[in-house]
Amino acid sequence: MRLLSTTIIALRALRRNKLRSMLTALGIIIGVAAVIAMVGIGNGAKSQVEAQVASLGRNVVTVFPGSFNAGGMRGGWGSTSTLTIEDTDAIVREVNGVVAVSPEVRDRNQILANGLNWNTQVNGESTDYLSIRAWDLSDGAMFTETDVKGATKVCVIGSTVVKQLFPDTDPLGQTLRIRNIPFRVLGVLESKGFNFFGSDQDDTVIVPYTTHMRRINRRTTVSTILIEAASSEEMQSVQDDVTALLQQRRGGREPDFTVRNQLELAQTATATTRVMTSLLGAIAGVSLLVGGIGIMNIMLVSVTERTREIGIRLAIGAHDGDIRVQFLIEAMVLSSLGGIIGVILGIGISQTLANLNGWPVLVSTNSILMAVGFSALVGVVFGFYPAHKAAQLDPIEALRFE
Amino acid sequence: MSQPVVKLRDIRKTYRSGDLEVHAVRGISLDIQPGEFVAIMGASGSGKSTLMNTLGCLDRPTGGTYYLDGVDVSSLDREARADLRNQKLGFVFQGFNLLARTSALENVELPMLYAPKRAGAAEMKRRALAALAIVGLAERSDHFPSQLSGGQQQRVAIARALVNEPRLLLADEPTGNLDSRTSIEVMGVFQRLNEQGITLVMVTHELDVANYCKRILVVRDGLVVRDEPVQNRSIAFAELAKLHSAESAAKLNAGIKP
Repeated sequence: MRLLSTTIIALRALRRNKLRSMLTALGIIIGVAAVIAMVGIGNGAKSQVEAQVASLGRNVVTVFPGSFNAGGMRGGWGSTSTLTIEDTDAIVREVNGVVAVSPEVRDRNQILANGLNWNTQVNGESTDYLSIRAWDLSDGAMFTETDVKGATKVCVIGSTVVKQLFPDTDPLGQTLRIRNIPFRVLGVLESKGFNFFGSDQDDTVIVPYTTHMRRINRRTTVSTILIEAASSEEMQSVQDDVTALLQQRRGGREPDFTVRNQLELAQTATATTRVMTSLLGAIAGVSLLVGGIGIMNIMLVSVTERTREIGIRLAIGAHDGDIRVQFLIEAMVLSSLGGIIGVILGIGISQTLANLNGWPVLVSTNSILMAVGFSALVGVVFGFYPAHKAAQLDPIEALRFE
Repeated sequence: MSQPVVKLRDIRKTYRSGDLEVHAVRGISLDIQPGEFVAIMGASGSGKSTLMNTLGCLDRPTGGTYYLDGVDVSSLDREARADLRNQKLGFVFQGFNLLARTSALENVELPMLYAPKRAGAAEMKRRALAALAIVGLAERSDHFPSQLSGGQQQRVAIARALVNEPRLLLADEPTGNLDSRTSIEVMGVFQRLNEQGITLVMVTHELDVANYCKRILVVRDGLVVRDEPVQNRSIAFAELAKLHSAESAAKLNAGIKP
C-alpha cells in the first residue's frame, strides 16, 4: 500500500518536470536505440555473409590441387594440376558420408552465339554440380549422366550469359560456340548474384566435365574436386577421409593437394562481421552507460534542488524509506520509459536504414530484451546513490535550505 | 481537566560544535491544554526555533521528557516520529512550502499519501476538498501555487496541515512573508479554527500578530521568561472591518484633494 502511494508520488514528481524528465530519459532512449540499431545492422551483415557462404553450396568440401616443385622452386597452391578423374572415382568409392561429387574443370573462353560474343567462365562439371552448389535452374534442364558418359556438346548457362548473348531470344535449344565447337543450350541457371569475393556467379557456362576435358581443353587433370557431405556434422570426417585417401593414393610423396571445407570459409567470413557486431554493440553500450550517468547526474541535481521539497515531505510524515523509494522509482521510470521508447526508435532507425541503404537489418529479440533489461538496471544502479542521499537528509536542515 | 496536548518536563537541548557546547534550550517545562492558542515569542537565538522543532517532533531533546497527546515522544525512533508528525501534527511554515507545479488539491492530499493507513483515491479527494473548503479555497483546488497569492498559498498550506485532523497545529512565523492585511486574514483563519476546538501553537516575533492568540510565551536564552494570557485580544474580522473603513476614508480624502 505504501509502495503504491510512493509510486503515485514519484509519478506526480516526474509529471511536474516533464521537460527535464524527457531530457533525462533521452540519454537512455538514444543509448537503447543505438544498441538495437547497431546490433541489428551487425546481425544483418552477418546474415548476409552467411547467405553468401551458403550460396557457395551445401556442406561443400573442396579439394584444391597442390603446388609444383621443380628443381627446388615451389609454386603456390593450385600452380599445378595434380587431381585426376581417378582421384574423384576413388573418393566416390571409398569415402563415407559423401552424397555428391563433381570434378571441376575451369577455363575462361571466348564464346559466340546469336552474332554476339562474350568472354566467360566455362566450367566442366558432373551432373551433381547443381546439388552441390544448391543451385536451381530457372528454365530447361540439366545435362544427364548419358551426356557426361558420351561427352555430349551441351551446356547450361548463367543469367549474365543469357543477358549478353541472348538479350531478346529464348536461349533454350539455341547453339552457342566455345572454341568454335557448337554447344546446345539445355537450361538456364537461376540468378545467384555476386559471391563475396566480388565475382559474378551468373557469368558462367556449365558443360559436362568429360566434354570439357576431351573437346575444349584436352587435359587429363581436373582443377578442383567439389564434394558434398551428407550433413554439416560430417564435413570434418569427409575432409579427413578425403585427405587420408588422396595421401594414400600418392604413396608417401609430399602432398600435392589441399582439402578445405565450407565451414572454415564461413568462419573466416563471419569472423569479420562478428568483430564488427561486437564493436558496434560496444560503442552503443557505452552510450547506454553515458545515458545512465546522465540519469544519476540529473537525479543528484534534483536531490539538491528539491532539498526543501524533501524537507516538507519528511516534516509531514514521509519515512526515510519513502523518500528513497520515491527517487529510486523516479530513476527507474525514467530509464524504463527511455528503454521502451528507445526500442521503438531503434526498430524504426533499423527499418529506415534498411530501406534507405538496402542493408539487411536484423533486430533480434535478444538485443531488445538485453537493452531494456540493461536500461532498467541502469535506473536502479544510478538511481540508488541519489535516492540514498535524499533519504539521509535531516528534515530541519532540509526545510531551512534555500 | 482533560489530558494536556503538550506536556514538556525540563526539556533541554545542547548543540555541540567542536569543544563548544551551545545550550539552546535549558530546561523548559510547559503544559498546553486542548483548545489553547499559544504564541511563542523571542529574539533570534533565544531558543524558540529549537523549542518549536522539539514540539514538532523534528528534533529530539538531549534531556527531559515530552508527552504529545499522552505519548512519550522522547524515546521514539525516526520512523515512529514521522508517523506521529503525520497523524497528530500539522505544520504551517513561513515560506508556505507548497510543492511547485502541483495543484492545490494534490498539495493537500500529500499528508494522506504518507499516512500509515492510506485512504482510497476518492476519499482522499473528498477530504482534501473539505480541508480546502475550511480555508475558503475549494473553488481553486486545481490552481498551481504560482497562480495563487501569498495569502491563498498560506491557506492551502493550512488546509494541508488540517487534512489529517491533527491534535496540534504548529505554525512557524506563518505571517512572516505576508503583508499586514493578508496577515490579519490568515490570523482570522487560525482564530476560526481555534474556535472549532483546534489547538494551535505559533512562533512569531511580531507582538500585534501574537495579540490574536490567547496566551503568549516569551523565550529568552533557552528559558520561558514570561507566560501570560493575552490582554485586549485582537479579533481578526473586527480588525479587517476597521482596515476597510480606514481605506474607504483614505479614498474619500484623496477624492476631495484637488
